[in-house]
Amino acid sequence: MYVIAGLALLASFIANRGKTLKALKIAAKRFANILPAFLVMLVLISIVLFLIPDEMISRYLGTSNKSVGVLLAAILGSITLMPGFVAFPLSGILLQKGVAYTVIATFTTTLMMVGVLTYPIEKAYFGAKVTILRNAVGLLIALCVAVVIGIFFGEIF
Amino acid sequence: MKRSNIVKLAALVIYIVFLVVSFLLDYSPGEEIARNFTSFSLDMLKIIPGAFILIGLFDVWVKRETVEKHLGDVSGIMGYVWAILLAGATVGGLYVAFPVAYSMYSKGARLNVIFTYIGAAAVCRIPMTIFEASFLGITFSVIRLAVSLILVIISAILLGNYLKKKDYKISDGSR
Repeated sequence: MYVIAGLALLASFIANRGKTLKALKIAAKRFANILPAFLVMLVLISIVLFLIPDEMISRYLGTSNKSVGVLLAAILGSITLMPGFVAFPLSGILLQKGVAYTVIATFTTTLMMVGVLTYPIEKAYFGAKVTILRNAVGLLIALCVAVVIGIFFGEIF
Repeated sequence: MKRSNIVKLAALVIYIVFLVVSFLLDYSPGEEIARNFTSFSLDMLKIIPGAFILIGLFDVWVKRETVEKHLGDVSGIMGYVWAILLAGATVGGLYVAFPVAYSMYSKGARLNVIFTYIGAAAVCRIPMTIFEASFLGITFSVIRLAVSLILVIISAILLGNYLKKKDYKISDGSR
């Protein structure tokens, strides 16, 4: 990221100094605007990840009942936040333990689409109403994905 | 200062005091929360400054007409294609996609395209999807991607059309 941004900045600086300075000012202003929301998000993340550690997630998703598994997966996927390089290896382990594809699809897709922890940032740009609406739609989409995955892998019907 | 900001500031002060006291007293939950905070902050610092510099450069170099033509009201289906390609190249997560979405919006991109971009940035970032496939299998990733992307586009169109009637505006992040 720094390499790309640095090269772009350099090219821009060579092409037009004034414009580049203006770009940096815009960057700083936009960042300052959203910084409070970022701090709120980081505080929330630090607390939620303490309350819900990875071991707890793998324990809950490993429940034998599939409907309960999907429900828990949807809740955990929505309220936690984890980078892909943690989420997918974890999912791989769960799969080997015999957790259903349906449950894993619910977990990974809600993780991607529903962000309770990114709410402060999303709200700052999109407003509370649209943020809630978009996340609710994301949850529905995740459940649709889980159902299709479940049918395809022969876990449903 | 707004009342909500005072509440936030007070909460932040309590949070910091709690962490400092935790370290002084060797209180392990507090220490772990502090570690979570610093590790996530550092992860984001790897991405955020670069992302905002690119947003600034986009703002001064890309002409409004260009954005309107490719992502605006006249863009047609290609607007969605561009939104998805741009989303595939987005790094980080939605916290990067939101400020990018605002930049697109302020240059005249239409809401349907913006919501497609946001949704697609959630589900089809390329490095993430490759990583997913290596752990859960290609079949899983392809089905997951196809179903979620189709539904993202449909919901973006519905949401965009609905909000257009309501005279909805995306803010610059300061609200």
